[in-house]
Amino acid sequence: MTSLARGEPVLLGPAGPEPTGLGRFEGDFGGRFVPESLVPALEELEHEFRAAWHSDEFRREFADLLQSYAGRPTPVTECHRLSERLGVRVLLKREDLTHTGSHKINNVLGQALLTRRMSKRRLIAETGAGQHGVATATAAALFGLECIVFMGAVDVERQSLNVFRMRLLGAEVIPVHSGSATLKDAINDALRDWVATVETTHYCIGSVVGPHPYPWMVREFQRVVGDEARTQCRALLGGDPDVVVACVGGGSNAIGTFAGFVDTDARLVGVEAAGLGLESGKHGASVNRGVPGVLHGAKSLFLQDEHGQIREAHSISAGLDYPGVGPEHAALAAAGRAEYACATDHEALDAFQALSVTEGIVPALEPSHALAWVTRAAREGSIAPGSTVLVTLSGRGDKDAMQVAEHLSGDSR
Amino acid sequence: MKLESHLRERREAGHKLLVPYVTGGLGAGWRDVLRAVAAAGADAIEVGIPFSDPVMDGKTIQEASQRALEIGATPDAIIADLRGIDIDIPIAVMTYYNPVFHAGHERFASALADAGVDAAIIPDLPFDELDGWGDAADRARVETVLLAAPTTPEERLRLICERSRGFVYAVALMGVTGERANLPEQALTMGRRCSKVTDRPVLLGVGISTPEQAVQAAGAADGVVVGSALVRRLLQGGGPDEAGAFVAGLRAALDAAT
Ligand SMILES: Cc1ncc(COP(=O)(O)O)c(C=O)c1O
Repeated sequence: MTSLARGEPVLLGPAGPEPTGLGRFEGDFGGRFVPESLVPALEELEHEFRAAWHSDEFRREFADLLQSYAGRPTPVTECHRLSERLGVRVLLKREDLTHTGSHKINNVLGQALLTRRMSKRRLIAETGAGQHGVATATAAALFGLECIVFMGAVDVERQSLNVFRMRLLGAEVIPVHSGSATLKDAINDALRDWVATVETTHYCIGSVVGPHPYPWMVREFQRVVGDEARTQCRALLGGDPDVVVACVGGGSNAIGTFAGFVDTDARLVGVEAAGLGLESGKHGASVNRGVPGVLHGAKSLFLQDEHGQIREAHSISAGLDYPGVGPEHAALAAAGRAEYACATDHEALDAFQALSVTEGIVPALEPSHALAWVTRAAREGSIAPGSTVLVTLSGRGDKDAMQVAEHLSGDSR
Repeated sequence: MKLESHLRERREAGHKLLVPYVTGGLGAGWRDVLRAVAAAGADAIEVGIPFSDPVMDGKTIQEASQRALEIGATPDAIIADLRGIDIDIPIAVMTYYNPVFHAGHERFASALADAGVDAAIIPDLPFDELDGWGDAADRARVETVLLAAPTTPEERLRLICERSRGFVYAVALMGVTGERANLPEQALTMGRRCSKVTDRPVLLGVGISTPEQAVQAAGAADGVVVGSALVRRLLQGGGPDEAGAFVAGLRAALDAAT
């Protein structure tokens, strides 16, 4: 058996199940609800991806890039001091250690390879926290592609470090002022650009959202997280963890993680942003508080009012500030295979600091939500003492340092 | 099949077809705008039911939608406002799929039918995803207008034209709604491509902003949909008179050219 140490070759597991029909997951979630102009491009992308994903050559190229460029495999780190504090055994899947600092790079390298296969020269992307934008700008630089990133004006403010990184990498960052000026609106403007440029441009969507084939394709590009973690857990624990936890914005790090464990007995938990609290109405808890709807090309769960207007989400973390969730999460929730919990802004800030001081790892605010839930669940006993808990640390916290510093100085005032 | 039969009649009588778009709920007097537009010679009216995330729309209609929502426009209220309105041309609503899905296919279709709305245009509900809504709309005798795009391949274009009701909405360019300085060559190609595979009325829309462009486009199709150029005038404070004058200008240009 492989050790999956850093620098070892990346071994891609077998391809996961395809959705059925026109991109449908259980419960009829998914689909392809887009303007007619985009339909032929999505059909092409679906065919290209299917062919590539079953081609040894493509898989080898992808695996090589993940190893030599992105720095995979990423380790699983056991958190001894945190475990002692919480009374459960906490393991982190270290996506923060990838090149560019989050799991987003996995998906982007896959889509960049596909872009080249389709002979397109221009990449567009939306970004919330800026991590996906940075990853896309990085891949564009690597492949010599033009890159435009749409980013809500609010996020441009709170993630200014990443805006600078994208520009440094040669990408154009376009602030989006419409609507709530966050991730949802950035996706709207990316789609509007794509409607006009689809013949020469690939839309590199950053999560398991959007029209078919994106939720499936992005899950497949992210499943390396879960596949590696499963092998690593077996080596470390001699079996599967009891609980597998990841934060859920659109849901790509969570679905990639879950993909490695969905056929085990592990309890799967996605953690959404509770923002200022579920009762405040200011949150991003689309599974907990959303209802079925159709947005950005897919049928899934969305926060909306009684007339079917999409509501603005709120989260301290830009990456979770989205009023929807990928369709496969809606399906997993409906089937009861995964549960969806949430953590508030406040809890995430506490967890952000706790991991920093106990383990010397500064997490991004997004996975701080996952850590926050583990902390609460361990204290309240909804994770049994002594259980093993794998948490995907989807990204590192550098991008959030300024914002957290401001919050903390605000608190102490 | 009131929209389609009306448009066919007008076409047979030798007219080019003119369908202006007005955002529903944009100001208290928005129905007076419809009346003025009808009186100015429109053949049908497209009424937008605003949605929070209009991905097929450019800045002008985005702004109009947001403004209408801010002053309380809802699908129910707009449909109620249309009930029994004293206008003798067909009305089609244009909205996005989520408000329809949220209301429920049957409920939305029958609400439209009860209000006397003849047709619906849902730009993010393509041919392949039409089933649930399409069946409910057929049962309620609401005509569903489908869109065809420059990227639509030939065989699919044929299927879309066949399944469309009311007219075929031929998207005149690659892009979202909004005024453009020139009509692209693509528009004319699109009009001809659709007309070749269907005898249903074919209307070119998206980007058609001036009487000159309308005349040019109508040379390759049965008529035009004009949205942003009209809505911009409303956003800039224009009322029914200005809307009516603009539509009358389009009408006169189209009539002079035939
Ligand atoms: C570090 C990190 N984690 C999580 C997310 C949320 O995305 P997803 O739910 O697709 O993993 C983001 C998004 O920007 C992110 O940057």
